[in-house]
Amino acid sequence: MLRSYSEINAKIKSGKAVVMSADEFISLVEEKGLSAAARTVDVVTTGTFGTMCSSGAFLNFGHSSPRIRMQKAWLNGVPAYAGIAAVDAYIGATELPEDDPLNSNYPGEFRYGGGHVIEDLVSHRPLSLKAISYGTDCYPRKSIDTTITIDDINEATLFNPRNAYQNYNCAVNLSGRTIYTYMGMLKPNLGNAHYSSSGQLSPLLKDPHFKTIGIGTRIFLGGGTGYVAWHGTQHFPSIQESPDGKSLGPAGGTLAVIGDLKQMSPRWLKGVSFTGYGSSLAVGIGVPIPLLSEEIALYAAAADRDLYAPVVDYSDAYPGRKPGNLGQVSYADLKSGKITVQGKEIPTAPLSSYPMAREIAGILKERISSGSFLLAEPVQLLPSPADGRSGKVLNG
Amino acid sequence: MSPKKIVLRFGPDITEKPIIYRLVKDYDLLINIVKANVNPQKEGTMVLEITGDHIEGGMNYLRGIGVQVQALSQEIVRDEDRCTMCGACTAICPTGALFIERPAMEVNFDGDKCVVCQLCLKICPVRAMEVRL
Repeated sequence: MLRSYSEINAKIKSGKAVVMSADEFISLVEEKGLSAAARTVDVVTTGTFGTMCSSGAFLNFGHSSPRIRMQKAWLNGVPAYAGIAAVDAYIGATELPEDDPLNSNYPGEFRYGGGHVIEDLVSHRPLSLKAISYGTDCYPRKSIDTTITIDDINEATLFNPRNAYQNYNCAVNLSGRTIYTYMGMLKPNLGNAHYSSSGQLSPLLKDPHFKTIGIGTRIFLGGGTGYVAWHGTQHFPSIQESPDGKSLGPAGGTLAVIGDLKQMSPRWLKGVSFTGYGSSLAVGIGVPIPLLSEEIALYAAAADRDLYAPVVDYSDAYPGRKPGNLGQVSYADLKSGKITVQGKEIPTAPLSSYPMAREIAGILKERISSGSFLLAEPVQLLPSPADGRSGKVLNG
Repeated sequence: MSPKKIVLRFGPDITEKPIIYRLVKDYDLLINIVKANVNPQKEGTMVLEITGDHIEGGMNYLRGIGVQVQALSQEIVRDEDRCTMCGACTAICPTGALFIERPAMEVNFDGDKCVVCQLCLKICPVRAMEVRL
C-alpha cells in the first residue's frame, strides 16, 4: 500500500497533496514509469459530461394554506410523480408534457421535458406548479396553480439512479434509412458512428475493479458536491476481452449519485432533446481516485488506446436485443475521427463532451489542491466484475 | 436583375446527374456556383447564384428529380454559452462547417462553409444552433 485515505486527507489539509487530472497522470506515467508516478501523485481526478438518462430530482414544495395532499403534479406542464407524500414529488429527466406531439410528426422534436425542468430549477427561473387532489379531512384543498423557484421550496435533491456509465456502445446504422436514436441521428449504410464516453478521463474506466469507488464517495456533481449513493441500476461490471484473450478495458458499471440541487449550476446540468427519441438531462460528474496502491495507479493510467467500445447496429441488433456486436474499437481510434467497420471507413463523432470532461477533472483537481474538497472513504465498495452480476431479460 | 441565391441538397443518386447542364440548356439560366460539395456515392450540397427568366421552371425540375431547394436568405449562428462541445453535430453537418479541432476535441463552427441546410438545428441536443434572418 502506498498511502491511506487519512494520510491523503492530512496532505490535502496542509496543502501538500499532489493531484493530477487523469490525462496529466497518463503523461507522467509515460515519462517516469508507473512506480515513480504512483509514488509522486496522491489523487487522480476524472470527469465526464454527457446525456445521462435515469436522472431526476426529489422536490418538497412546502405546505400551502389550506393544505393539499398532491395526487398529481405538473412543473411547466411536465408531470412530476407525486405518489410519495403530500407535497413531495420526483421529476424525472425523460418525462414529457402530456400534450407533446411526441413522434406523431416523425421525427419529433421533444423540445421540453423533465431534464429542461431541472435545468430551469437550477437556473433559479420561475416555474409553473400545478397540482390536483381529491380532498381529505386533513388536506382539504383540491387544486393549486402557482409559481415557484428553487429558492421557494424546502428541498431539491438531485438523485440519479443510473449515471456515469463505465463505457458505452459505439452506435452505427446498417439499414438503408436514417434512424433517430438516443445516440443521435444515424445515417444509413454505416454513414456515421456515434460514441458517448470521455474515454481516458471517464471515472469508471479508471477504476475497473471498484477498488476505490463505493457508497459515500464524495464527487463533483452538476457543479456542486455530491456522493455515490449506491451502485447504479443495471450495474453489471465486466472486463471486455478480445477473442485472443487480450483485455479491452472495462464496461458495464454504473453509479447512483445524490446531491443538493440548490448548490449546483446550469452549466453542468442541461436539458437535452434527441430528435425522434425524447428528452433527457446532460450531467457533469467527476470522481477523485486516491492512489492507494500501485495497482490502482496502473488502472488510473489506462489511456484511450487501452480502452475499447463495442460497435453496435442500432437499426436491428440493438432494438431487437440481439447479442453480439460488429467488433471493438479503441477510444484512440474513435477520437481520431474515423473507424473501419465491415471494411468501410466511416466518420465518428462523440455525444459526450471531452472539453467539459477535461474542465470537470480540472475543477476537481483545483478543489482538492486548495483544500476545499476532502476525500471520503467509502462505507462499502461497489460490486466488482468478480461478483459476476449480469442483466435479466424481461419476458413478455 | 440581381441573382437569386439558393441552396441545393441531394442524395447519392443525384450526384451522377448533370443537373447544372440541364439548368443552363433547358431553362437558359446563368449560374454561378458559389460552393459545392459533391462526391460520388455521397449526399451533396451546392450554393448557387442564379439569373434568368425561367428560374421557377428550373427549380421545379430540380424538385421533380428529388433535389431539396431552399432560398439562401438566412444564416446559422451558434449560441456559444449553450453549446457543450459534445460533437453530436460533427458527423452530420454535410459541409464540415461544424467540426472537431483535434487533439483538444473542441467543436468549432465555420460560418463560411455553412450552406444553411439546418440539419444541426434538430440534431443539437441542447439546441445551441439557431437561424438568423
